[in-house]
Amino acid sequence: MAEYRVIGKALRKVDAVAKVTGTTRFADDLAFPRMLYCKLLRSTEPHARLVSIDTAAAASLEGVHAILTGRDLPIPFGILPVSQDEHTLCVDKVRFIGDPVAAVAATSEEVATAALDLIKVVYEPLKSIASAEEAVAHPEPRIHDYGDGGNLHKLIDLEFGDADAGIAAGDIVREDLFFFEGSTHLPMEQHAAVAMWSPDGKLTLWTSTQTPHYVHRAVAKVLELAPARIRVIATPNGGGFGGKSDPFNHEIAVAKLAMLTGRPVKITLTREEVFYCHRGRHPTLMWVRTGVKRDGSITGMHFRSLLDGGAYGSYGVASTYYTGALQTVTYHVPRYHFQGARAFTNKAPCGPKRGHGTPQPRFAVEVHLDKIAEQLAIDPAELRLKTLVPPNSLTANYLRVGSMGLGTCIAKVIEGSDWKRKFHKLPEGRGVGLACSSYISGAGLPIYWNNMPHSGVQLKCDRGGGVTVFCGSTEIGQGSDSILAYIVAEVLGVDPFDVAVVTADTDLTPVDLGSYSSRVTLMSGNAALQAAERARQILALHAGRKLDVPVERLTFAGGRVFDSQDRKRGTSFAEAVQWAEAAEGTVGTVGSYTPPQSAGKYRGAGVGPSPAYSYSACVAEVDVDPETGIVRVPTIWIAHDVGRSINSASVIGQVEGSIYMGLGEALMEEMAYRGDLKVVHKIPSLLEYKSPTTLEMCDVITYLVEDPDPNGPFGAKEVGQGPLLPVMPAVANAVYDAVGVRIDEVPITPEKVLKALKRKQKGESPRYGPEQFPDIPWPEPIRVPTPWEGGDGKAVTTAPLSVERPH
Amino acid sequence: MSNESKVKIALVVNGELTEVAFAPHKTLLEVLREDLSLTGTKHGCELGECGTCTVLLDGTPVLSCLALGLACAGHSVRTVEAMAQGGKLHPLQETFADLGAAQCGYCTPAFLLAAEALLASNPKPTRAEIKDALAGNLCRCTGYIKIYEAVELAAERMNGRV
Repeated sequence: MAEYRVIGKALRKVDAVAKVTGTTRFADDLAFPRMLYCKLLRSTEPHARLVSIDTAAAASLEGVHAILTGRDLPIPFGILPVSQDEHTLCVDKVRFIGDPVAAVAATSEEVATAALDLIKVVYEPLKSIASAEEAVAHPEPRIHDYGDGGNLHKLIDLEFGDADAGIAAGDIVREDLFFFEGSTHLPMEQHAAVAMWSPDGKLTLWTSTQTPHYVHRAVAKVLELAPARIRVIATPNGGGFGGKSDPFNHEIAVAKLAMLTGRPVKITLTREEVFYCHRGRHPTLMWVRTGVKRDGSITGMHFRSLLDGGAYGSYGVASTYYTGALQTVTYHVPRYHFQGARAFTNKAPCGPKRGHGTPQPRFAVEVHLDKIAEQLAIDPAELRLKTLVPPNSLTANYLRVGSMGLGTCIAKVIEGSDWKRKFHKLPEGRGVGLACSSYISGAGLPIYWNNMPHSGVQLKCDRGGGVTVFCGSTEIGQGSDSILAYIVAEVLGVDPFDVAVVTADTDLTPVDLGSYSSRVTLMSGNAALQAAERARQILALHAGRKLDVPVERLTFAGGRVFDSQDRKRGTSFAEAVQWAEAAEGTVGTVGSYTPPQSAGKYRGAGVGPSPAYSYSACVAEVDVDPETGIVRVPTIWIAHDVGRSINSASVIGQVEGSIYMGLGEALMEEMAYRGDLKVVHKIPSLLEYKSPTTLEMCDVITYLVEDPDPNGPFGAKEVGQGPLLPVMPAVANAVYDAVGVRIDEVPITPEKVLKALKRKQKGESPRYGPEQFPDIPWPEPIRVPTPWEGGDGKAVTTAPLSVERPH
Repeated sequence: MSNESKVKIALVVNGELTEVAFAPHKTLLEVLREDLSLTGTKHGCELGECGTCTVLLDGTPVLSCLALGLACAGHSVRTVEAMAQGGKLHPLQETFADLGAAQCGYCTPAFLLAAEALLASNPKPTRAEIKDALAGNLCRCTGYIKIYEAVELAAERMNGRV
C-alpha cells in the first residue's frame, strides 16, 4: 500500500472549528438590512380545483409588500426533464395538503402570517387518492394529465434473458411479498432561503440545497432570467439526506418576491412545512420470485415494485428504476425481469432519501434470501458467499462491477459478531440476522443529458504557499469540503489546513452536479486530483530546473519540494510556486471528471451504472419482548467496502450515521397519514414522527474493507448511503431468529410483532406483511439479451417499444 | 404583531450584562438570534421537540424555543459563542472537532452545551449517564456514537487524565 501523508488519516474536517463554535452560517443565520420575510399559504385540501384566490384584504395589511399566486409564475419546473410538473404556487389545482397556493412578503414573519389568514381561497374538492393501490384502482380523477395512464406516473418493464425459464430451472422457486413504509429525511435544519435582487438585474439566492446547479437551472427557467444573471449559493446544509436535492417552490417564490420588491426576502420553513416538502422514501410494495439451485445459486429472478409517489414527479422516475437496478450487483442473477410502477397520490411528494429507491428492494431481497436459505437448510452467510458477483464483471442488466469486497465484508461481520455461535442458538427472544447490500458511487449519467463533466475543479496556488480549491460541490455534513482539501494536500504535499476551499457558488465555482447519489467523493475527488496533479506538474517543472533535479525525482511533502534522493536539496512549497509564477505567470489549473460510458444501451439503462459500487454486510442482534412486541437492538456489526477511506474518522462517522438512520427505518420511522381519507399527515412534528434518540441507538462495530477501486480517487468508493441499506433486513431477519415470526414490512413496530406472534400461537402463518400485489397494466417488456447470451447491451425489438410520453 | 411595543430587560448573556428590547411575545431563542445576533443557537422545531435550541440558563440546559425572553430578565444565559475563550476552543469543542462528532454541525451547539452542563455536575459520567443527559437532543447525522466518545474524551482531559 502506498504511503500517504493525508489520505486515510483521521484528521479534523476543514470546517470542524466553525461547526463547533456555532460560526457556520446556515441559510437562516443570514440577515440583511431591509429584509422582508416570506410565508407560504398552503392548501388545506388534498385534491381540489382552485376556483379563486382573493388576496385583496391581505395586500392592504400594513407591512405587506407583495403577494404572489400561481398565475404570477406560470412556468412549471421539476428536477427531471421528464417530469416538469411542479409550479411555484399552484395554478389550477392543489394536489396535497400542504401544496402552496400563495406567497406573501412582509416586514416580519408575524405580519406575513397574519396576511395569510386574510387570503380567501375557494376550492372545489376532487376525489383524493391515498395509496398506490387506490391509484391503480382509480384512474380517475387524474392527479396529473401526463404519465403512463390514469394515475400511474411511470411503468417500467425490463427483461434480461428469459427470466421465467431461468426461474423454472431452479430446484426451488420462492415467491414473497414485502412492504416498505415511507419515511422522511428529517434534517435538523429546516429548509431556508434568502433572495436578493440588484437593480443591475442580478439575482442572488442563498439556499440550503444539496444541488445549487439544478436550483440555478430551475430559477432561470421559471423566472425567465439569463443564468448568467443568477447566482445561487448553497449554504452549508444542516443535514440533507436527499431532502434538499430538488429545486423547491419556496426558493423560486423568494426570488420572485425579491425581484418585485427590490428588497432581500427570506423564508425559513417551519418543521411542519418540512414534512410537506418531504421527497422522502417512497412507500413501496414489492413482489419477488426467485429460482434457486440446491447449492444456493440463483437461476433467475422476477421482481415487481409499486411505488407511492405522492403528488409530484420529483426524482420518482429514477427512484422507480432504482427499485429494480441494483438487485444484480451483489449476487449473480443470470436472468432478471424487473417491472416497476410509480403512482401519483394526494400526499406529500416522495423522492430521493439516502439509498434512493434501493433500500426497499434490498429489504425485500435480503429477507427473501433468508427464507430461501432456511428452505435449503444453508447458513444465510454461506448462501450469499456462494452466489457473489465476481469483481470486474458485467451483470445481467449491464452494470459494470469493478472492485467487489462483499465476501470480505461478510467474513468480517460473521467473525466479529460470533455469528456461528449465535445464529439459531441464542435463547428465545434473542436473535441475530444477516443482510448485505451495495450502492453506487455516483450515477453514470447526469440528470439532463449532456456530454459535459459531472464535476469540475479550479485550483489556484498562491505565492504565499496557500492553495485554493474552487468546486461546485455542496457540503451537507458529509465532509465534501474536507475531501477536496485532503486530496489536494496529498498531491501537493501541503498541510490540508493551508488549503482554502470555496464551494457551491454558481458565480465562483465550476459545476458539480450536487450532493446526491453518493457521487461527491469519487467525482469531485477525481476532479480535484486531476487539477492538483496538473499544478504539481507545473511546479515540478520549474522546481526541477532551479534545483537541478530531474522532475521524476521530486517529492512534494511537508510543505516542501525536494529531491527524493537528497532531501536537503529542495525548497519550500511557497518558493516553488514563486519560481513557477515568475516563469509562466499565475499558477492555476483545472480538473474535471466524467464517468465511464455505460455498457447498457437499452432504454432505462441510464439508472444503475456507476463508476464503482460500494458493498456492505451487516449483522444485527435483537431482543424481542414477546409481551410487548418491542424490538431492541443492542448491537450492529457492519463491514463496509469503501475502496479506500480518504479520512477514516469521516468514513466511520458516515457508517455510524447510516446505521442510525437504518435503525430508525427498521423500527419506528414512518410518514404516516390519518383521517377518513388517509391523506392528512399524522401530525407533522418531531414528536409524532418517531426517530431514534440516544436511548434507542445501538452500539455499532464497524469494519472498513479497503479494496481500492481503479475508478475512485486513491481508490475511494462511496460510504454515505450504502451502509444504511442492510440494516432493515438484518433486523427483520434477526427478529425471525429471535421469535420465529416474519415481519415482511418496515417499520417493525411492536403492533406488527404482536400480531405475528398471535398468529404463530394460533398455528397460523407466523407472518405480518402484505398479502397481494395488484394487477398492473404492464407494458410490453423491453427485452435485452444478457452478456452471456450474446447480448451487446441493446434491446431486441421483437415488440414495439413503448414510447415515453414527455410532458 | 409588528406594532406591539417593545419591552426592555436586562440579563447576563455569556457573562456580560446585556440590555435588550424586544416584542414581549418573543422566545429566548428569537431574542438571542434576532435581537442579539447570536446565531450560534439553532432551531429544529420551535416546539420543544428536538433540543437543537438548547442553551444554559443559570447553568441548566433549557430549550430556548420554549422560554419566554421576558422570563429571563435577571438571569444568566450561556450560548455556544461563549465556549471558546481567548481564541482557544473549550475541551468539548476540541474533542467534538477531533473525533468528528459534528457532521452537519446544526445540532452541535446544543449538544456541546448539554454536555458542558453534564460535566459540570458529573465530571466522570458513564456512557449510560451521557446517553441520559443527551436524550433530549436529536442528531440525524452521527448516530450519537462520536458524540459520546467526544464527551468521554473531554471529560478525561478536563479531569487531567489525558
